[in-house]
Amino acid sequence: MDQYEINKTASAEWPLWEIFIRSKQGLDHKHVGSLHAADEQMAIENARDVYTRRMEGVSIWVVESKFIHASNPGDAAALYDPANDKAYRHPTFYNLPDELKHM
Amino acid sequence: MERNFEEVFQDKIDKEIKIEPKDWMPEKYRQTLIRQISQHAHSEIVGMLPEGNWITRAPNLRRKAILLAKVQDEAGHGLYLYSAAETLGISRDEMYNQLHSGKAKYSSIFNYPTLTWADMGAIGWLVDGAAIMNQVPLCRSSFGPYARAMVRVCKEESFHQRQGFEILLTLSNGTEAQHRMAQDALNRWWWPSVMMFGPKDDESPNTIQSMRWKIKRFTNDELRQKFIDICTEQVKILGLTIPDKDLKWNEVTGHYDFGTIDWDEFWQVVQGNGPCNKERLETRKKAWEEGAWVREAATAYAEKRKNRAATKAA
Amino acid sequence: MMTKQNLIDYTLHLADNALIIGHRNSEWCGHGPILEQDIAISNIALDYIGQARNFYQYAAQLQGNAATEDSLAYLRDVVDFKNCLLVELPNGDWGQTILRQFFFSTYQYFFFQQLQNSLDEQLAAIAEKALKEVTYHVRWSSEWAIRLGDGTEESKQRMLLAVDELWSYTGEMFQEAGYERLAVSEGYGIDLTSIKNSWDAKIKSVFEEATLSLPTVAWMQSGGKEGQHSEHLGFVLGEMQFLQRANPGAEW
Repeated sequence: MDQYEINKTASAEWPLWEIFIRSKQGLDHKHVGSLHAADEQMAIENARDVYTRRMEGVSIWVVESKFIHASNPGDAAALYDPANDKAYRHPTFYNLPDELKHM
Repeated sequence: MERNFEEVFQDKIDKEIKIEPKDWMPEKYRQTLIRQISQHAHSEIVGMLPEGNWITRAPNLRRKAILLAKVQDEAGHGLYLYSAAETLGISRDEMYNQLHSGKAKYSSIFNYPTLTWADMGAIGWLVDGAAIMNQVPLCRSSFGPYARAMVRVCKEESFHQRQGFEILLTLSNGTEAQHRMAQDALNRWWWPSVMMFGPKDDESPNTIQSMRWKIKRFTNDELRQKFIDICTEQVKILGLTIPDKDLKWNEVTGHYDFGTIDWDEFWQVVQGNGPCNKERLETRKKAWEEGAWVREAATAYAEKRKNRAATKAA
Repeated sequence: MMTKQNLIDYTLHLADNALIIGHRNSEWCGHGPILEQDIAISNIALDYIGQARNFYQYAAQLQGNAATEDSLAYLRDVVDFKNCLLVELPNGDWGQTILRQFFFSTYQYFFFQQLQNSLDEQLAAIAEKALKEVTYHVRWSSEWAIRLGDGTEESKQRMLLAVDELWSYTGEMFQEAGYERLAVSEGYGIDLTSIKNSWDAKIKSVFEEATLSLPTVAWMQSGGKEGQHSEHLGFVLGEMQFLQRANPGAEW
């Protein structure tokens, strides 16, 4: 395929959307996958038809994939490892008498 | 430096840490995945056709609804898989181009014709059965998006095989003509289903690397044997006969021995000479080409709407 | 007895409409213009098969004599079918399918809105459930009609052709068949003149947004509701019913 053809297909294709679904009231929206749609309205309807055929959802969010910004996997060590030695942030870090209730 | 990346990568795989789209990966891993996932997606989409042509002929309303829902699920599965492949940097349109130009393959099983209603049963029981056997291990594939897509696919597929078995059981216990129809379908679909697991291990050059990368968890022959063992038991409930006179229990191996697979037929169908290769591809191309004006119109309208909103805001 | 037969006919009319348009839409499965829409139209077809089953089951129950949803769907002939001509027409291109869906769903929307208050509790219950589905069908089909009407030059031309093709079949939906007239007088049926204005208004507003003009032709085809069909229905039934007819009494 030459360059021209690649551009042609790329421009003709409906944009890709990331789909987030709230499976039931009270839970947060969770990423379930993606799909193509010409606009946001169609993206929501396509998500309804594609991702909620088995009553998987009560609410849908759609975000055009190009608007998602992601952290760089190469930065993982610098970003996430420093949290590793902060055990005092977790409740189990503290030694308290067994008699103590409701805490 | 490259070697170092490669070692880190293999180390993650060995530790069962999933690879995600933006992680570094060897180019060959990416290419292998694109090929495998897109082939899988194409199989779902082409696989809609042999069953799809019975939706309008389903023998009662319950069956009609079930079959339509099943074939529709296959469209969904194709969609999930194309999406997983898209995370690797290939567009769905490009994958379609590869399918339509004959460059990409899909499962050869769908190049066989569906002649009677019993074929809906045989496809559900055997073809979906074989597919599930292939797919369950893929839920643990090392590539995250593929594994997640497969979890969804497997969850939805669970009714597909059951409805097929139910069709065959009903036919087998039905009138004489129905029973004959069921046996005939089994006769035609058995060997192509056994071939679905691909060439024998010693003729499957990609297997070793794919196992090392945990894209694949079991070899073709392992899965094929498991399939035959299970079907040979299940067929007893159906009251039908598997068309293999060499099929017999082997005390030593703890498996069923089976007859010789006609690999010549297998390669002929792979190379495009199956009964329906041309027709299936033509049908897909036609749908795609006839849909072009629809897709273009939606794009044009979305563009107009955006511009109008922008004008209004200004 | 007369009354019961009329209720059966009325119910069968509703069932046949749903079955035939569901059958037509299901022909798209595997052939849609894009995967997402293939799935969408199959969902609509499934909704229709569900509606058809609900109505047929009720008709079968009223009829007795070992009638079932399947004997009613699979063993009646063309002249017994009571669906509108509109739903039996071939799909045509995506534009024609969309436009038919929009015409019919809009009709069903206003129809079921009233039918859910029917004196017949069973019909009311089925209508209430179906209305939710139809509400979505109207939304989906009207958005597509607008998109295609106001999309590209080609899509507009195709929509104009579709309007030409389908318009003369829209009148029948509002023309009372005998069983509909009786159903109204007996209190469980819908007065079709009461929903015609709402239908007109909705069509007009969507056509405006779609930049399509409403046709002025006045002549309307009719007959389907009374069993006088186009040639197309025979082929639909021939395909749909052949297994049941070739294997009388068999279980599937």
